[in-house]
Amino acid sequence: MRRLLPGLAAVALVACEGRQSVTGGDGLHSGQFNSLFLIFLLVTAFFYLLVIAFLVAAVVRRRGRAEDRPEKSGGEGGFRLILIGWVALVALGLTGLTAASYFSDAAAGGARPANAIRIAVTANQWWWDVRYLDPVPANTIRTANELHLPVGVPVHIQLKSNDVIHSFWVPNLAGKQDLIPGRITDITLIPRKEGLYRGQCAEFCGLQHAHMALDVTVEPMETFEAWRRSQLRPAPPPATPLAVTGYNYIMTQECSACHNISGTPASGQVAPDLTHIASRRSIGAGTFPMSRGHLYAWIADPQSAKPGNHMPYVGLEPHELHGVVAYLETLK
Amino acid sequence: MSSRFRAVSAALIAMVALPSCDRETRENRGKPLPESVPGIVGDPRAAEYEGNAFHIAQGQRYYVWMNCNGCHAHGGGGMGPPLMDAEWRYGGSMEQIVDTIREGRPNGMPSFDQKLSEQQMWQLAAFVRTLSAQPRQDALPGRADEMSNIEPRTLDERRPVERTSPAADQARPR
Repeated sequence: MRRLLPGLAAVALVACEGRQSVTGGDGLHSGQFNSLFLIFLLVTAFFYLLVIAFLVAAVVRRRGRAEDRPEKSGGEGGFRLILIGWVALVALGLTGLTAASYFSDAAAGGARPANAIRIAVTANQWWWDVRYLDPVPANTIRTANELHLPVGVPVHIQLKSNDVIHSFWVPNLAGKQDLIPGRITDITLIPRKEGLYRGQCAEFCGLQHAHMALDVTVEPMETFEAWRRSQLRPAPPPATPLAVTGYNYIMTQECSACHNISGTPASGQVAPDLTHIASRRSIGAGTFPMSRGHLYAWIADPQSAKPGNHMPYVGLEPHELHGVVAYLETLK
Repeated sequence: MSSRFRAVSAALIAMVALPSCDRETRENRGKPLPESVPGIVGDPRAAEYEGNAFHIAQGQRYYVWMNCNGCHAHGGGGMGPPLMDAEWRYGGSMEQIVDTIREGRPNGMPSFDQKLSEQQMWQLAAFVRTLSAQPRQDALPGRADEMSNIEPRTLDERRPVERTSPAADQARPR
């Protein structure tokens, strides 16, 4: 047991960080599930203790020899009463649990609110393709590996997968939902508290499953709208000579075959959208925090930064690398 | 500890170790070889990429990502020539396919020079070769990226396509 303690402490510590915590309850649904879990815990603990108490009593009350046993004094009736009480208690407990789980389930899977923000998330090995849908197609936003959500507003997320089964999991906000190739699943969230959260793929999906995270920012409506407007803007033209070098490289060489930058000829759709890459919190689906150094490392050799990911090693010359990073940094 | 227990556990450990013997290594980055010279047959990379399960699977991804299926369909051809038969307008060896991808060909095949990395072209060529059942069965990917009403390729009884002479090609009913 003593050897186990440090391990247990480490497990407990992970829960402290708060950005990715099942007990956070920062969304309506995760809050409901937390209460459901508490109800289950209390009811089952009560019955467990009751059974243990009877077992202990049975062990302590030694069974005497037959001749020592006192004469029966109407014990049968009492015993029957106790049995009936026990069955009634179990039936009541089970009915209660069933009802609690039914109502909590019904609330989670209930009708989609009309005012919900609609998002389509497509999972790929190993990143998240995020689209904010809008009745006006021109107002559709495409980004990657990040979600911005206004606090208190329901969000309906449509989930798809391009390759293998993934699972969408922002533990602070809601439970898991699998993304299955060839099918569309969905999940509804209502974030209740502002903050930065971390989502994580929760279904083993290959080599870099652990580095398939999702940055979730829950913010006030005004901040969200400002973000949304900024995401709708196309990329600004490169201003410095260095950025122009990078711009030319991206537009004419390998990058634009897969990546999209709105407002430029780069229109590949199979890799993360780079139109506002410098405004994101991380690169490589949460692998590194966004910084100049990490951008350099990533572009110079993506296979060293995140082995196995589908961005190939291109082998840029130093002046090209400087230019590409300088240009990407202007894409706020 | 009895000798029997020891023998059984040794056998178990050996069993666990055995599968690791046969893993092919994944070359994520591509060897920094010099640019290949067009038209040269006998590039050492041909043998490295052809019949390698990882490279074929990667090539299968790029086949759709780069919209090869837009013209060649999933091997059956359409606007572009089919890739699953034994006829090659510009040669069907690994080197020649890479050359076709890199340089492009008349009547619509675009050049992917500097759009794909050298390694990606070799991986694509490795996959294209699987369409006409050239490679080993056990290297074929189990997944299919296209809709299909046939069994996965790994379950098919497939044999290498026989090279026919031009005369035999013409004699064949079409």
